[in-house]
Amino acid sequence: MGIMFENGNFALFRDGFLQTIELSAISAVLAMLLGTLLAAFRVSPIPALRAFGTGWVTIFRNTPLTLLFFAVEFGLPALDVHFSHFTFAVLALGFYTASFVCEVLRSGINTVPLGQAEAARSLGMTFGQTLGLVVLPQAARTVLPPLSSVFIALPRNSAIAGAFSVDELYHVQQTLSEQGYSIFAIFFWVALAYLVISAAVNLLFRFLEKLTAVAR
Amino acid sequence: MSSLFTRSGSASVLYDAPGPRARIRYRVFGVLSLLGIAALLWYAYDSLASNGQFDGGLWDLFQYTAIQQRILDGVLSTLKAFGLAALFSLTLGALLAAGRLSDHRPLRWAATAFVQFFRAMPLLILIVALYYAFFAKNPMWALVLGLTLYNGSVQAEIIRSGVNALPRGQSEAAFALGMRKSQVMTSILVPQAVRSMLPAMIGQMVVTLKDTSLGYVITYGELLYVGKQIAAQPLNSAGFPYIPVVLVMAPIYILMCLLLTALARWIEARGRRGANRRTPAAA
Repeated sequence: MGIMFENGNFALFRDGFLQTIELSAISAVLAMLLGTLLAAFRVSPIPALRAFGTGWVTIFRNTPLTLLFFAVEFGLPALDVHFSHFTFAVLALGFYTASFVCEVLRSGINTVPLGQAEAARSLGMTFGQTLGLVVLPQAARTVLPPLSSVFIALPRNSAIAGAFSVDELYHVQQTLSEQGYSIFAIFFWVALAYLVISAAVNLLFRFLEKLTAVAR
Repeated sequence: MSSLFTRSGSASVLYDAPGPRARIRYRVFGVLSLLGIAALLWYAYDSLASNGQFDGGLWDLFQYTAIQQRILDGVLSTLKAFGLAALFSLTLGALLAAGRLSDHRPLRWAATAFVQFFRAMPLLILIVALYYAFFAKNPMWALVLGLTLYNGSVQAEIIRSGVNALPRGQSEAAFALGMRKSQVMTSILVPQAVRSMLPAMIGQMVVTLKDTSLGYVITYGELLYVGKQIAAQPLNSAGFPYIPVVLVMAPIYILMCLLLTALARWIEARGRRGANRRTPAAA
């Protein structure tokens, strides 16, 4: 277990850890923005936008993330689109996760009883007020638990980026095992790092749930 | 549950039934968004075409029976790993769920720790560690075992929540009839839980199916690995057929997943006829 403190392994490990966090955080922001937009499309009164949202979700939810990474990493350069491996990874992870975020948000809006919005309208609230003061706050509260599983899955999924040339934790595992260290010792440290990340996301969402809880 | 948004324009949380002005506005936005989507598709088509991705030379290879055979072999390898992993993960899930619902504290703690650990672990890390540690010569078993450990843990949670969601009277009545705990579990609780959770369990199998593509990383010859092998050989003048390969592989995966999802929907619709219906959590 002492391998972490030999030959500068700690620096390698720390860089991988930070890279995993950075990749997850940026992808999470992209997924949240894009997922919200897609959810808005899917509940909009315009059929063309609804169809676009449905198509996106169907394609991205049923494609393996590894294939998406493959498509982005090898396909885009063939189209003369050249970004860093990190940016490619953010695109693949963000697009993939956005489809899950979209579905969670949509089902959240679906759980708000119709009467709530009708009551808001009959009080003379505008569309913006109905949405911002009545519907979304209730929807947000119900989507927090499923949203937390989406965002706990995201750092786990980000490991695939390591197989596509991003220097994150999986890459650390590869580098150290190529240097001949015991795979069990490496696995111990990498596993620990992921458990810490999962626990942190979990705590964050628990805190948010407590913050938005209402006594019913 | 009928969605609020598909009820043909009559009622929605977000907007009223449109009046004449709103209908005109919707139509204008509809045309604009159609144009936007068309522009997006055109842009995608154009950048593919102008980079020569539709040249016959890049696509000819799919006419060769040897290539078709390799793709078919890839599909079969994918399905083989998936079938084994699905079978083992359901078995492991049942065992772990039994452990988590056990009356014996050490057993419960052990099962809980196991489930939490393997649910938090990236599958790729797990599979690669298994590959290096035990299965360097036989990557399929690293893939199957990794998929089993992760998905088994998730299936255990699905089964457990199904059992916990049953009305308490079910087990109370069974105990009152003099059944032992194991009898209550196997003949009363688990059959009902599995019935109501079957859609969620199949949903998790879609995840299992998609994750077989991680076999790519440890050189197991599943569909994506075959695709990479095909795409990595340059064609004489046309270059590497990466995009044609993606455009062939993706629909195969999507179709397989959609078939599984359709099965889950069908089972859910059948189950809805009974009184015991429940909407499962997303996988």
